Amino acid sequence: MPKQTIRWIRDEDKASLRGWEEFYRNRWQHDKVVRSTHGVNCTGGCTWQIYVKDGIVTWEMQGLDYPPLQDGIPPYEPRGCQRGISYSWYLYSPIRVRYPYVRGALLDLWKAARGEHDDPVEAWASLVESPEKRQRWQVARGKGGFRRFDWETALEIIAASNLYTIRKYGPDRIAGFSPIPAMSMISYASGARYLQLIGGVSLSFYDWYCDLPPASPELWGEQTDVQESADWYNAKLLAVMGSNLNMTRTPDCHFAAEARHNGTKMWVFAPDFNQVAKYADEWMSINAGQDGAWWMAVNHVLLTEMHHEQQVPYFLDYAKRYTDAPLLVELVEEGGAWRPGRLLRANRLEAYGGVEHGDWQFLMWDATDGRPKMPVGSVGFRWSQEKGKWNLKLEDGLTGEAIDPALTFLEGGPVGGDGDVAVAFDDFGEGRTLTRHVPVRRVALAGGRTATVATVYDLMMAQYGVGRGLAGDYPASYDDETRPYTPAWSERYTGLGRDTLIRFAREWGETARLTNGKCTIIIGAGINHWYHNNLMYRAAMNALMFCGCVGVNGGGLAHYVGQEKLAPAEPWSAIAFGRDWHPAARLQNAPSWHYIHTDQWRYERDFTDYHTVPPSNGRPSLAKGHTADIQVKAVRNGWLPFYPQFSRNPLDVVAEAEAAGAATPEEIVSHTVEALRSRSLGFAVADPDAEENWPRVWFIWRGNALMSSAKGHEYFLHHYLGTHTNKLADEVAGDSVREIAWHEHAPSGKMDLVVDLNFRMDTSALYSDIVLPAATFYEKADLNSTDLHSFIHPLSAAVPPSWESKSDWQIFRAIARKLSELAPRHFPEPVKDMVAVPLQHDTEAEIAQPVLRDWFAGEVEPVPGKTMPALKVVTRDYRNIYRQFISFGPLVRSGGLGAHGTRYGVEDVYDEAVRVGPRQQWDGQAYPSLHDDEHVCNAILQFASVTNGELAYRSYRRMEERVGLPLAHLAEKSRSVRTDYKGIQTRPFRFVNSPMWSGLVDEGRPYSPFTYNVECLVPWRTLTGRQHFYLDHEGYIDFGEHLPTYKPKPQPKDYADLRVSREEGPTLTLNYLTPHGKWHIHSTYGDTNRMMTLSRGIEPLWLSDKDAAEIGIDDNDWVEVHNDHGVVVTRAVVSARIPRGVCIQYHSPERTLGVPKSPLRGHRRAGGHNSLTRTRLKPNLMVGGYGQFTFHFNYWGPTGANRDTHVLVRKLPALVW
Amino acid sequence: MNVRSQVSMVFHLDKCIGCHTCSIACKNIWTDRKGTEYMWWNNVETKPGTGFPTAWEDQEKYNGGWKVEDGTLALRSQSRTKSVVNMFHHPNLPTLDDYYHPWTYDYKNLFDAPEGSDQPIARPISMVTGEPVAIESGPNWDDDLGGSPVYAEHDRNLEGLSEEQRQQLFAVERLVFFYFPRICNHCLNPACVAACPSGALYKRGEDGIVLVDQTRCRAWRACIAACPYKKVYFNWSTGKSEKCILCFPRLETGQAPACFHSCVGRIRYLGVLLYDADRLEEAASRPDDELVEAQRSLILDPFDPQVIAAAAANGVHDSVIESAQRSPVYQFVKVWKVALPPHIEYRTMPMLFYVPPMAPVMANRGQGVVDSVSDDLFHDIEAARVPLQFLGNLFGAGHDAKVRYALRKQKAVRWHRRAETVGDVDRATADRMLREADCTAEEAEAIYRLTSLCTFEERFVIPPMHREEALQMLEEPMEHKQAAGFGFIKAPRRGV
Repeated sequence: MPKQTIRWIRDEDKASLRGWEEFYRNRWQHDKVVRSTHGVNCTGGCTWQIYVKDGIVTWEMQGLDYPPLQDGIPPYEPRGCQRGISYSWYLYSPIRVRYPYVRGALLDLWKAARGEHDDPVEAWASLVESPEKRQRWQVARGKGGFRRFDWETALEIIAASNLYTIRKYGPDRIAGFSPIPAMSMISYASGARYLQLIGGVSLSFYDWYCDLPPASPELWGEQTDVQESADWYNAKLLAVMGSNLNMTRTPDCHFAAEARHNGTKMWVFAPDFNQVAKYADEWMSINAGQDGAWWMAVNHVLLTEMHHEQQVPYFLDYAKRYTDAPLLVELVEEGGAWRPGRLLRANRLEAYGGVEHGDWQFLMWDATDGRPKMPVGSVGFRWSQEKGKWNLKLEDGLTGEAIDPALTFLEGGPVGGDGDVAVAFDDFGEGRTLTRHVPVRRVALAGGRTATVATVYDLMMAQYGVGRGLAGDYPASYDDETRPYTPAWSERYTGLGRDTLIRFAREWGETARLTNGKCTIIIGAGINHWYHNNLMYRAAMNALMFCGCVGVNGGGLAHYVGQEKLAPAEPWSAIAFGRDWHPAARLQNAPSWHYIHTDQWRYERDFTDYHTVPPSNGRPSLAKGHTADIQVKAVRNGWLPFYPQFSRNPLDVVAEAEAAGAATPEEIVSHTVEALRSRSLGFAVADPDAEENWPRVWFIWRGNALMSSAKGHEYFLHHYLGTHTNKLADEVAGDSVREIAWHEHAPSGKMDLVVDLNFRMDTSALYSDIVLPAATFYEKADLNSTDLHSFIHPLSAAVPPSWESKSDWQIFRAIARKLSELAPRHFPEPVKDMVAVPLQHDTEAEIAQPVLRDWFAGEVEPVPGKTMPALKVVTRDYRNIYRQFISFGPLVRSGGLGAHGTRYGVEDVYDEAVRVGPRQQWDGQAYPSLHDDEHVCNAILQFASVTNGELAYRSYRRMEERVGLPLAHLAEKSRSVRTDYKGIQTRPFRFVNSPMWSGLVDEGRPYSPFTYNVECLVPWRTLTGRQHFYLDHEGYIDFGEHLPTYKPKPQPKDYADLRVSREEGPTLTLNYLTPHGKWHIHSTYGDTNRMMTLSRGIEPLWLSDKDAAEIGIDDNDWVEVHNDHGVVVTRAVVSARIPRGVCIQYHSPERTLGVPKSPLRGHRRAGGHNSLTRTRLKPNLMVGGYGQFTFHFNYWGPTGANRDTHVLVRKLPALVW
Repeated sequence: MNVRSQVSMVFHLDKCIGCHTCSIACKNIWTDRKGTEYMWWNNVETKPGTGFPTAWEDQEKYNGGWKVEDGTLALRSQSRTKSVVNMFHHPNLPTLDDYYHPWTYDYKNLFDAPEGSDQPIARPISMVTGEPVAIESGPNWDDDLGGSPVYAEHDRNLEGLSEEQRQQLFAVERLVFFYFPRICNHCLNPACVAACPSGALYKRGEDGIVLVDQTRCRAWRACIAACPYKKVYFNWSTGKSEKCILCFPRLETGQAPACFHSCVGRIRYLGVLLYDADRLEEAASRPDDELVEAQRSLILDPFDPQVIAAAAANGVHDSVIESAQRSPVYQFVKVWKVALPPHIEYRTMPMLFYVPPMAPVMANRGQGVVDSVSDDLFHDIEAARVPLQFLGNLFGAGHDAKVRYALRKQKAVRWHRRAETVGDVDRATADRMLREADCTAEEAEAIYRLTSLCTFEERFVIPPMHREEALQMLEEPMEHKQAAGFGFIKAPRRGV
């Protein structure tokens, strides 16, 4: 017994007085613990333990049992943030959608119509064909009046509207939006599968969110491929920009924090002193949106000191083998000046005149033999008949000779050259053209002509302003402010000193030199949401490429915004996009779709108003006119998809062809091509406001399509929904557009029906016609994976779906069943559908269009899949949609599976699945079952290469044939690995090596992208097979983005945010930033009592104390924030951590919670953050059919940029609820 | 020597993300009930800032903790002679305004609003009255504010800073903030326990956890006034005070407390310290500038045979002594001296220690552009944005020497690891840095490993609680096994 201590401390050890402690022990007791995670768009992918007590979910705690990675890397435990741990609040909260709801106005009309029409389809027709009735529920959208109703009626309205729309306008007028499949991939697949089986449209998300970094496909031919967060720990220099790790990478942040204690230097670039700045060794208070200028100058220093003055062997060797630096660019003379043109094609030389795909083969100068040679590994070899030469060996593709690539033709360099010529370079910052001399060689072409060529490397030296003794407008020194891209030049844009920049560049280069590339850039939406994001990224990526940092552990570009790697992609995409039943899917890039259909294009003039492009000097150029016109051209030429496809029902298009005598699919396609050529059939994109071209039915699930992601929310309300709107902007495009049809009056209320699946009443739900109660993340079986780590997690039903909710899979299955039930009356037989799809990345269409030629202008023949979209005839059986939905279809067995250009056979796995079951049998055939959510989980785990080692092995074997180098050894050790749903419920499962991913993960090695390419010499999926410094697409040359460059930010006056809005009272004009926030994942969690309590009870507007003082705003005052697009009313937070000139409203609040009315808009309810935005698309991102510039869903195409927005801020004169 | 064991904690502030996952882990389990809405047993504050409840560090206002009076310790909140007289009057208690008015939203309106001319919303409403409220404060109101003229400027720890230093904290050149998570410190000399007129608070003999007995509490609220950290709260529904229980039901089953488990920044460590209770009063009475050292001197070496023998004699279980030997807290606090107690000048002898945070280098603005003030790869701590005096006020009773020592050592570890892993720092430089920081290469390796590579089991060394022995005082463990869980749960009732 311990001695008694200080007298007033009662050291309580009397047993009788300790019995009350049961009070707290009882609370801790629970009945069951179940593993699940959060299917929310955060990229976290954390494993959670859900606690159930008395049949009720009471709380959640993080799972800790991640298998460890290799020695010397901190463990992953725990993962899970303040938001995730709040999720259980939702299950029984008052914002939970417990039952189906419908807009009362619609229900009343429906009941009346059903009284008159026995057939629900005819009942629906009677409503939507009456403008008055249709408008009745449209104007009520978002204005209350919901009624609880029954599932049966809900399914009937939805199925009837779908069948009606298919019959009347075509299935491509039915669209669905659901973001980021990886977070709950079965739930995503549910609606996508339903839509693709009926011929509907899936809208993309990654590009629409502006989270896709176009520079990644531009330079690497890859959507995004990034290191798992554990690999940050391997970096010895971390540069963090536009990414607020604490806030948005909460479960990963510790790797960065811990790396510092292992001697890693950390630099943070952010205009505000943000949360991650606390970790920085150096916080760089960079001016918002000027990160590109910083990196351009860093590259200037790196090239000067580490490539020119000192030549680091590792850097040079890397540039030669893994980048396009040694490739030859033809210089063209134009108006007395030379300009960099296209990469010189091998077939222009006599020696390579007859090579296969000679337009797609490129040249290096061999330093040993003193002549150009054609390296293997280009896209030409990827798609050649001859296999085995798509690799990165430095070897001639024709002769097999070794190549010793020359990087430079500089006089006095290793190979010398034929002197130098004066080359024109655009300086967009100053709006001028500079002349800089570049060393060249003359290369004899077939037919006796000569080409003047420079290496990409020498062009980089010139563009970055490294004079190397050459004549021209090169800067004299680092202190030369008058020439781009010196440290002194960067100061005026970044606000940061040249000395610090030089020191940064030296630390960067030196760290990379000593560690063979262990410099990592962690980057995100803070950069990627700017209009010129691709240029900012590209400059930073060049710094990685110059120093050999890509494809090594501890190095590279760590971009994490939104994409969440869906690791078991092969079977998943087959299921999600109905590829097991149909060979073609309608996958739409959402930026183009929303830009056109919400009519945002009508509210701007030529893009050159705000986008600086080179002078065209009279020659034809893609870089002029209106964005919508380029969009139309992009669809016609097969660069981008667009749905609806045609001005007529695609079912009728086939029927018409057949009526005209076309019998085979080829004849039907030919007939359609003729109709397009003769203009008797139009592209819907060319006349989107014509009634027959509107989208009609919209499904939204797993996302907040009408608020969080609706850039131009108020335009959505007007043109899609036909309800109230707070926009003021005027429609000004009439005089600007040439290709797209202009209607004097734009339609309001294009959508007949909006259906939302939701577990909470968010803004999208509030504005939808039908709200279906969805199961939460703790009430269903699903799968989750991410790029932040290398494990796959289950979602599990800790409790069954509460009240009347159902899982997304169950809901779409029910809709499919109802549609099949109603179909026979309208589609008694299978029908044929004409599906138009754009030229596709990772197919031979990558070599479809060597030059820009428009068939529509008669410059070339219309050839489907080559000069125009591919046209495919697909047979749909609407009576059997339900059966197809629940059966894993036969095309998987016959065609195998693959992704990213890989493929493997699965006949045996398929047959085993049928044999073992569960299976579906109908019409005399048996299929693996996809009936239950768990069946789908198991099908994916069974058929994916990352979770079934045998399939990875097969896929490597197949890849070996194309590459010509050994690869299958990468899967040898994991060949027998398999898992299933119960397996991953037991413990997180780490993926095995697979050729569809570019990182190697065996033996606990952290995933770092492109290590497969670097170590196994597998090419990047680009034009040249290498990482690109230079982008020689004609459109890129027109836009001046063939070279890495700096373009100024669009100015508020040119960007047309403030054309109509007026200052009323003391007002500030500020750049409006909407980075990801701390108390929500987009809008999820932001409406919970937990998160609201820990913040300010509202998503406030952050202002600098000095700006606030100027217009008399105190902390927590109400402010009114407005521009031509709409208005926000919220409270202010005043802090010196915010720089002057910008304001921040963290993405993304709901407009349903605590939002007052707006005096400036006649006391209508103010909006959400996207009320102040609209999107603008960057036209050069629309090109296609050319190497990495070839469409892939969520992968290539323009992004929904919105960050350059400006707003007016004033104190709210009066608070009105 | 009166050897006792105490479950103790280290929070590594350099690693803290400020995410508040800890706060919610706790809230979900313990304070999600009626009467506990405003309680945050675990909260996270932004420094500089005024914290929760507002300005809790202002003991001029709250009179929490101890003072030395006539050479002996006395509670600031109550004169010993007058305590009975003042029993019903607590001028020092925080009011609702110092906490906040808990609110929710009228969510149902989104479902139920009839069709109207404009969009319905869910307005903020009081969790207490159900009526609309204006949200004017919250439990984390100055989150991430940094240079806020309204809040940060009133941080008590700015005391002693020059006017220029204060001003600069609100300019981009020096602006900074960091996070300060707080739970009950389970003090060795807990003012809350001493203050309770009912004897409802006690410090558990086996592990030092401080608890409020929910049957004996009589709502005097003296504990709330006495606790200088304001970590005891009054449950308005049950009429009992409640506080952090260090998740003893979890500890007793070998699990880390919820806020520790959930710490995704991996900043938290927990383990047993052995200390000499005989010397407690004397140590707590020392002058301010000696207090950190005095507290450290109470902590005993768990490998010392004399300590082991004395502990055993005092009833400390073998397995607990073993656990103390593996305690990460012992390493941070006693061996490496890089973890420091918060506001030791309150003299409660808090058993939660903080590793002070590093901060970015200061900048200066010349010619309209911003440059860092130091060209070093890792800048000297004097060039960091957090003034040492500020940290000294938080963790050194106003003196910055201990903080300086802790930060120097952290920096030296980084130089050392840089030399080991990159090579742009030569060994001699790294060795000099280590020497100047009173650190050896071996120690640096150990600090680095426990800071960066630590596993769950290394961070949390939970002593076996031997519940069978504790229960044996009440009933036969076998009987408990057979009957556990049977019975009716009875909630505490006001006044009983």
